[in-house]
Amino acid sequence: MSFFPDEMPRPEPDRDDQGFWEACAQRRLCFQACGACGALRHPPRPICYRCHSVETKWVEAPSPAVVYTFCVVHHPNHPAVASRVPYVVGVVEFPSLPGVRLVTNITDIAHSAVRIGMPVSIWWDDIGGGMFVPRFRPAAPSDA
Amino acid sequence: MSVARQEPCIVGVGQSEFTRWGGIQDRSQFQITAEAICAALRDAGLSASDVDGFASFSNDANEGPLMQVALGVPVIRWSSMVWGGGGGGSIAALAQACAAVEAGHANVVVVYRGLCQGQGRRFGRFSTGRTQGNFVNPFGLFAPPQMLALLVRRFMHLYPITEEHLSEVVLNARANANRNPRAVMYARTLSREQYFQARWIAEPLRLYDCCLETDGACAVVVTTRERANDLSAQAVDILAVAHGSGPDWGTGPLGSHNMPDDDYASTNSKRFTRDLFARAGVSPREIDVAQIYDHFSGLTLMALEDYGFCGRGESGDFISRGRIRWPDGELPLNTSGGQLSEAYVHGMNLLIEGVRQLRGESTSQVPNARTCLVTGGLGVSPTSGTILGRRQ
Repeated sequence: MSFFPDEMPRPEPDRDDQGFWEACAQRRLCFQACGACGALRHPPRPICYRCHSVETKWVEAPSPAVVYTFCVVHHPNHPAVASRVPYVVGVVEFPSLPGVRLVTNITDIAHSAVRIGMPVSIWWDDIGGGMFVPRFRPAAPSDA
Repeated sequence: MSVARQEPCIVGVGQSEFTRWGGIQDRSQFQITAEAICAALRDAGLSASDVDGFASFSNDANEGPLMQVALGVPVIRWSSMVWGGGGGGSIAALAQACAAVEAGHANVVVVYRGLCQGQGRRFGRFSTGRTQGNFVNPFGLFAPPQMLALLVRRFMHLYPITEEHLSEVVLNARANANRNPRAVMYARTLSREQYFQARWIAEPLRLYDCCLETDGACAVVVTTRERANDLSAQAVDILAVAHGSGPDWGTGPLGSHNMPDDDYASTNSKRFTRDLFARAGVSPREIDVAQIYDHFSGLTLMALEDYGFCGRGESGDFISRGRIRWPDGELPLNTSGGQLSEAYVHGMNLLIEGVRQLRGESTSQVPNARTCLVTGGLGVSPTSGTILGRRQ
């Protein structure tokens, strides 16, 4: 069973971000980088902001990530989450991948215990149809 | 014709009634917008045949060319829409009107916004139209209260900003609304206890930290100083106006939150605020009253820092001890009740209140107010701001 109910909006990959979701379907979190100069960028887009190359490559994110900020959603703005609130939306970053952050969920922890700066490890949420969504939970001491 | 005579000013303001969302059902959003424009023209002493430009923002559905037909405006010479969602473009639309009249493209430009959330979509709910929706929707990050709560959380982590400081922004707005019969919350007081007892929307934002959802329309008439001199209406000078955005903010708070680390917990305004004050020829200290966009209390605090009223992280201390309170504070803030307690018309009601202050017509009038800062939406892309001045 996935973290959110089945009615939850799903990723709808488009031409510019399909590489990101193809990697997710293989349970790999990959950020886009310029194929020419290597500059990282997120969300995916078709041209390098630094050198304007349209060549791209994908860089796999290491674990653990670190919580950059978070909020605790109590008011359900969509019917799919009415039975799920409160839940934590976090923004995480990866110390070795400067310039990219990911919006995700911080799970498996009391929401009052989440802290900015805490290390978190990825887990893959099976949302059906062959798609997996990256979410994070507190890192075990051996991960950090 | 001298350049100075082309300087822009505001000669009329108009509005519909403001109600809770869904409160206006007897007329369409387009109709109340047209009525607000007519009210602004009457206020200015102008007629529809004098208008030759329209400017709006936030993908306003009440399109200028359709408004031209509806109001019988013979010729349009200016028609513009500011890119970007939310209220960030409110003062940017004013900037476009100023650019139009200063450059001579048009002579009388109406800036307007009509927003009936009971007839269209509610901005506080999930929408399929979000920028970069794939990177927020599957994680339950659906709407601005949650998206901007992420900025407020980091702001409170980095600096000595507390829930008490958030509450002061909220309670100040309500106290001002309680003096303003136009305000949706005119008859409803709010105590500190009620603020803290209210439910969470998205921690660290409680119910009253979030703006109202309302129905209403606002319009402002911009023309040249030369034209204004021929009108009986009391004109208000636009001393300076600016809009802009920093790197990566276009996919920022409403998207994947990849803004630069050094201004993540900010309003995305600091890159133009210094120029804004320099062009107006005043310093933050010389601002008599301010209308700062208050969709969420924490962003209003950040704006006090980004506009230079205080240093980084000092806004909580700045607003303590009554500094933003009418009538005795040094910087009375959001004197109509703002969007937390008057109405949420994507900031256009803040612009109208700025004009009222400089005309001496506010229900929380700052004695002898000569300068007023008005900002557009904060933490989005673009953001915008203006400094209004009272004609001498």
